[in-house]
This record gives sequence, C-alpha cells and structure tokens, in this order.
Amino acid sequence: MKLRTFGRHWKEGIKNLARNGWMSFASVSAVTVTLLLVGVFVALLLNLNEVGSQIEDDVEVRVFIDLTAKEQQQEALKQKIQGVPKVSSVTFQSKEEGLKQLIKSLGDEGKAFSSLEKENPLNDVFIVKTANPQDTIEVAKEVKNFKSVEKVEYAKDTVERLFKVMNVSRNVGLGLIIGLLFTAMFLIANTIKITIVARKREIEIMKLVGATNWFIRWPFLIEGVLIGVLGAVIPISLLVFGYDYIYTEITTRYPTLFIDLLPVYPFVLQLAGLLVLIGMIIGVWGSFTSMRKFLRV
Amino acid sequence: MIEMKDVWKTYPNGVKAVNGIDIKIDKGEFVYIVGPSGAGKSTFIKMIYREERPTKGQIVVNGTDLSKLKERQVPRLRRHIGIVFQDFKLLPKLSVYENIAFALEVIEESKPNIRKRVMEALDLVSLKNKARFLPDELSGGEQQRVSIARAIVNNPDVLITDEPTGNLDPETAWGIMDLLEEINNKGTTVLMATHNKEIVNTIKKRVIAIESGMIARDEIRGEYGYEA
Repeated sequence: MKLRTFGRHWKEGIKNLARNGWMSFASVSAVTVTLLLVGVFVALLLNLNEVGSQIEDDVEVRVFIDLTAKEQQQEALKQKIQGVPKVSSVTFQSKEEGLKQLIKSLGDEGKAFSSLEKENPLNDVFIVKTANPQDTIEVAKEVKNFKSVEKVEYAKDTVERLFKVMNVSRNVGLGLIIGLLFTAMFLIANTIKITIVARKREIEIMKLVGATNWFIRWPFLIEGVLIGVLGAVIPISLLVFGYDYIYTEITTRYPTLFIDLLPVYPFVLQLAGLLVLIGMIIGVWGSFTSMRKFLRV
Repeated sequence: MIEMKDVWKTYPNGVKAVNGIDIKIDKGEFVYIVGPSGAGKSTFIKMIYREERPTKGQIVVNGTDLSKLKERQVPRLRRHIGIVFQDFKLLPKLSVYENIAFALEVIEESKPNIRKRVMEALDLVSLKNKARFLPDELSGGEQQRVSIARAIVNNPDVLITDEPTGNLDPETAWGIMDLLEEINNKGTTVLMATHNKEIVNTIKKRVIAIESGMIARDEIRGEYGYEA
C-alpha cells in the first residue's frame, strides 16, 4: 500500500468515527466497560494465582502433641505419621522453639510474651509436609485421629477457600467477559454498519470503477480499531493508577502480610498491552462482520 | 472485445433473465441495446462488468474469460470499463472535480496524474467552468456529463451506459448523444441500453434487441422497432 493511500484511509476512518458520533460513543463505552471488567478480572486472577502458588509452597500440617504425652508416645506418634502415605517429612518443634519463633515473628510487640518463657503455654509440635500441597487436607484428617494428638492445624481455610474462590471467580468471570466481549463486538459491528449504509453509494461507485476490496475495507477497519483503542484508554488509566494505589496501600498497611502481590511494573504494562490488543481485536472483528455483505457488488 | 457464447442467467429466485445469448461486439463499435423492460438488458450489461455471473456459458471481455476471473481480479477488469447510469450516481457532497477525481483516487493514481486526467475529462464534457460546483447545483444534463466524465477519466476500452438519456429532456439527450459519439470516435467501444426510439432511429448504429432473454434482432444499422 502506498503511504499516501494509508494516510487517506486513516483520514476516512476518523471521519467515519466523527460522522456518527453517538453510535461511536456507545460503542466506545461498551468497549470501555468490557475492558475495565476484563482488566480487573485478569488482575485479580493473576494475583490469586500468584498468591496461591506462594501458599502452596509452604503448606504444612502442624500436629499439636498432647501435653500429657511422654517422650515414648511422641516417638510412636512420629513413626505413625511417617507411615502415612504421601507424607514427605516430619519435623519436631519443641514448645520452646515455637515460642521463640512466635516472639520473633511479632517483632517488638513479641517481647511482651518473653515473660511466658517460664510457663510456656504452647504445645510441642510435629511439622508435617506432604509431597503434593493438595494432599495436606487428606493427611491432616488422617493424623487427627492418632493417639496423643491434641489437634491438627493446617492452612485449611486459606487453601480450600482460595482454590474455591479461584475456580468460581474464574468461571463466573470468564462467562461474564465472553458475554461482554460479544456485546461490545455487536455494538461496534452496528456502528460500522451505520457508516457503511451511509456510504453505500460511495462503496458502490468505488467497486464499479475498480477499487479493490481492501481499499474499501481499510477505512472501516481503522474505524473499528479506533473504537477499540479509544475504549481501552479509560480502563488502562484506571487499572494502572488503581493497581498502583492498591498495591501500595496493601504493602504499606500490612507489611507483615505473608503474601506478595505481583509488583506494579511490568505487570500493569503487560495488562495495558493486553487490553489494547483485545480492544483492537473486537474492533476489527466487529467491522469485518458488518462489511462482508456490502462488498458483494 | 466483448464476446458471449451461449450465455444463460437464472437468478436464485427463479427468474430466467438471459436464455442463451451469443454475441460478438468488436472494438470501436457503437451498439444500442433495446428491448422491453424486464427483457434482460440490465442483466446482459451487468454480466459484462461482472456484477452478475452467468449461470452457464462463456463471456470474454478484452481477452479475459470472466468465468476464470477470480474475485480479486475483478477490479482490474473494471478499470477497463466505464459505466454510466440513468441516475448518474454522483456523490452529492463532492464537487464536480472531486466526483471525477474520486474514480482515480480509489485506484490509487498519483495526484498530478489525477489532476491532468480530470481536467481532460472535464474539457471533453465541456464542464471545465463548473469544476467547483456541487452536483445539486447542476442541471440533469450537466450531471449526466459529470457521470460520463467519471466513467471515461480512466480511459476505458468500453463505455457501458444504461439509459443515459432516460432522465433528460430531448434537447439535453441529444447533447449527451453527441458526447457519446465523440467518445466513440476516439476509439472507445460504446454500449448503450436505451428506450429512446427517436435517438436510435436517427443516429443509426448497430441495434441489438433483447426479448425474453434472447437476441431478437441484431442489425448493423437498425431501427428501434418498438412503439415508444
């Protein structure tokens, strides 16, 4: 394509966009809403995935040993736990060690607990790891019934809920987004159809004097792409600033939080790229579907 | 130039528009296509520039077998054919100059070339002084001249005109005929579908009469042959 022709196509595309202002606006808005939701959803999902894999890495079962248990019984329990299939390691942690760790993890506030060193209220604990993080639930249930076990603790709530939340939000989000993408596409297709109908005569003449189909198509494709890209502007700015804000809030307010969110950069840039790409794709797709019929002259 | 061999056309709705036409039109000819409304004249014409494809038979235009023409090669065919319509088909928001230039712009001619050719075409149809006018500011005859200028600006080998005088008063119609003859004299083949008895009987040319989708007559210096 000649450069001059390329310039002409852009001019025509922009002219089309301006000509049916309200329809263009409606389509751009549809794309905006869609991409905003897509963006939020993707950001959420990727962070859930990230957090999920972090948690999976240090999933462990803490087996609290009955306070009355003698050393012999402890040893028996250890053997028994090791005998459970899927268990990869069993580590003993005395109550003294447990308290030290607790004090350390609480930092300055932890010092208040130092006085407890004499009358340690904690239990001795076996820390059980499984080969596969998903097996913790099963292992925990089995170990719970063993003798000399006071209670078992594992990140049950977090793990189970996280997996559940992830699955549900993934499915609901995907459904929602597919629906929205189609709506946006349909609106773009309609907008472009209006432009095409308005220019039917022009297209007819172009075809009769021997313009190629691609020559005719370009301005409408550009119109579609512009709608898509314009629709991506607001979602991208909101997501970039919003994510930055939320990230900073969470990390400064809860510095001891055991999870790490995806760092702002390059994540938001990748997200922005993705949104622009999706916007362009639905724009092009929308214009293609509405153009097909009109090129048959 | 244009050759049809046993050409048939049945539309998807069952209408049999063309039923076995054999015809040969040589380069430089001036041909009237006459016949009652609905006899298949328009289909006949549309098949030449491949707006319609025959159901059966062979059409060769300018040495190109249209049945073998791929969709993306159609534009090249049409760049050798100029088409003029009864309703002019001008773009109302473009000036006379722009309307004619449009035909060259969309086939990606260079700007200086466009200017030169448009001025030549305007000169031929005697509308140089109205280049900046909008179509609505012109008379019917002038608008038809613009549409003829647009059709020939590309120096086509064939000029196809579908009732070019249909919407014009008699005097203006004669002016258009002068113009078409002039274009023909420069070597362009001219096909003209018409209902204008007076013109056909006065400016004697080859007459092809189509009735019920078949060639009813084909005479070198023919008559209109129908009651007007």
